[in-house]
Amino acid sequence: MSHYSVLSIIANAFNGQKGWTPAWRDAAPKPVYDVIVVGGGGHGLATAYYLAKEHGIRNVAVLEKGHVGSGNAGRNTTIIRSNYLLPGNEPFYEWSMKLWEGLEQDLNYNAMVSQRGVLNLYHSDAQRDAYARRGNAMRLNGADSELLDRDQVREMAPFLNFDQSRFPIQGGLLQKRGGTARHDAVVWGYARAADRLGVDIIQNCEVTGFIRTGDAVVGVETTRGPIRAGKVGLAVAGSTSRLTRLLDMRLPIESHVLQAFVSEGLKPLVPGVITFGAGHFYISQSDKGGLVFGGDIDGYNSYAQRGNLPVIEDVCEAGMALFPRIGRLRILRHWGGIMDMSMDGSPIIDKTHLPGLYLNAGWCYGGFKATPASGWCFAHTLAKDAPHAFNAAFRLDRFRSGHLIDEKGVGAQPNLH
Amino acid sequence: MRIPCPYCGLRDAHEFSYLGDATVSRPAPDMPDAQEAFFHYVYLRENPAGAHEELWYHAAGCRQWLVVSRDTRTHEISGASFARAPKADASHAEVKP
Ligand SMILES: [Zn+2]
Repeated sequence: MSHYSVLSIIANAFNGQKGWTPAWRDAAPKPVYDVIVVGGGGHGLATAYYLAKEHGIRNVAVLEKGHVGSGNAGRNTTIIRSNYLLPGNEPFYEWSMKLWEGLEQDLNYNAMVSQRGVLNLYHSDAQRDAYARRGNAMRLNGADSELLDRDQVREMAPFLNFDQSRFPIQGGLLQKRGGTARHDAVVWGYARAADRLGVDIIQNCEVTGFIRTGDAVVGVETTRGPIRAGKVGLAVAGSTSRLTRLLDMRLPIESHVLQAFVSEGLKPLVPGVITFGAGHFYISQSDKGGLVFGGDIDGYNSYAQRGNLPVIEDVCEAGMALFPRIGRLRILRHWGGIMDMSMDGSPIIDKTHLPGLYLNAGWCYGGFKATPASGWCFAHTLAKDAPHAFNAAFRLDRFRSGHLIDEKGVGAQPNLH
Repeated sequence: MRIPCPYCGLRDAHEFSYLGDATVSRPAPDMPDAQEAFFHYVYLRENPAGAHEELWYHAAGCRQWLVVSRDTRTHEISGASFARAPKADASHAEVKP
């Protein structure tokens, strides 16, 4: 497996592109590993990569029930940002932002990280004050933020409906370092980089049970046979409860379907990521030209990976209120992914009460941007048997103890309707 | 998705709002392990992939709470009933002008 570089591109240009090899090995499961990571999405692959790179734990398997990139890694809206408020959240997401900024050099893979800016619009004096506070919290944690007035927003995005009768745009909170990344390239890059460090990526290998010694989890039963491990980490997003039910664990999680949409391709129109402050709607433009947008979850428990029309209508209404000219566009594709909506809207990266079992879950709407730091922190938690300061607040027992992180990450039941 | 309301008939899901798992029930606040029981009631869910009993409120219809049986893998609905069974004593349901 060669290092990707300008030289490798030139060399392959002269030999008919015959020099490229698969980006990672198609590994068969070994009988035993030091660590098994269940879930070959962004978070699982990043976990395996940082276990090998940061902690020297290379006897690691990533088990994926389908193929790499077939779950939420291929279904998100590719936004990266660190515009959080609360102390438990903002240091973690800012660390993720910093990892994004060095990701491509680190992985030797073009993840198309594009810091084109994330602009959250505000529509009232109260919302401006809240955004000013959020912006200050971001700066206290080393992130960047700028509070824009109406004229500054108009300069960036003249196509918005500034005088919308109910929710006129008064300004916005801009994070210039935010933006988008190429979702497929992120998982492919992590898979390739983990593989180069010796991690086995085992696809079409679904976990069907757990091997126990007393309370301890010492391995997994899979569709490709039993595999034993010193530690087992779950990073399976919307499927988390399906696995923990096998262990008689009930979690503060509901699985919900979140839809996303892409329009036909356009010439460059939307400069960065723009979010509506008076409804749940966010939009950006992909490098292929399609407008990528989304809004709320459908709102009922679902494992179906497809949604229904009321939310499509709701998202499009919010889009029209903000950005009337998109009414002329046709939607090219829409799809759904299954979110692990935690009950306070914030994630869980922690040990469990079962020795040998570790949990990475509850990402709600926001898993993609968290990918690097989630893997980094989960690897730390697995390797050291204790959380890093960055994920110290993402405890599983916070629901029992009352230490909720009730930032509006929006959990399963926001009670808005 | 359309929900077979026992009062209104088959209606679009748009008319309803969702509350979630209908199998959890609120513990008595004065029971000895109330704190633990409330933790389970408020936060923990079976979250099954398959048959799910769930509460829907027919907000734009009869304004009754329903228990709907739905498969979370397919969204197929196999039935719906009133969350609170009608009282046997009809005098409680007397309508006054
Ligand atoms: Zn009804």
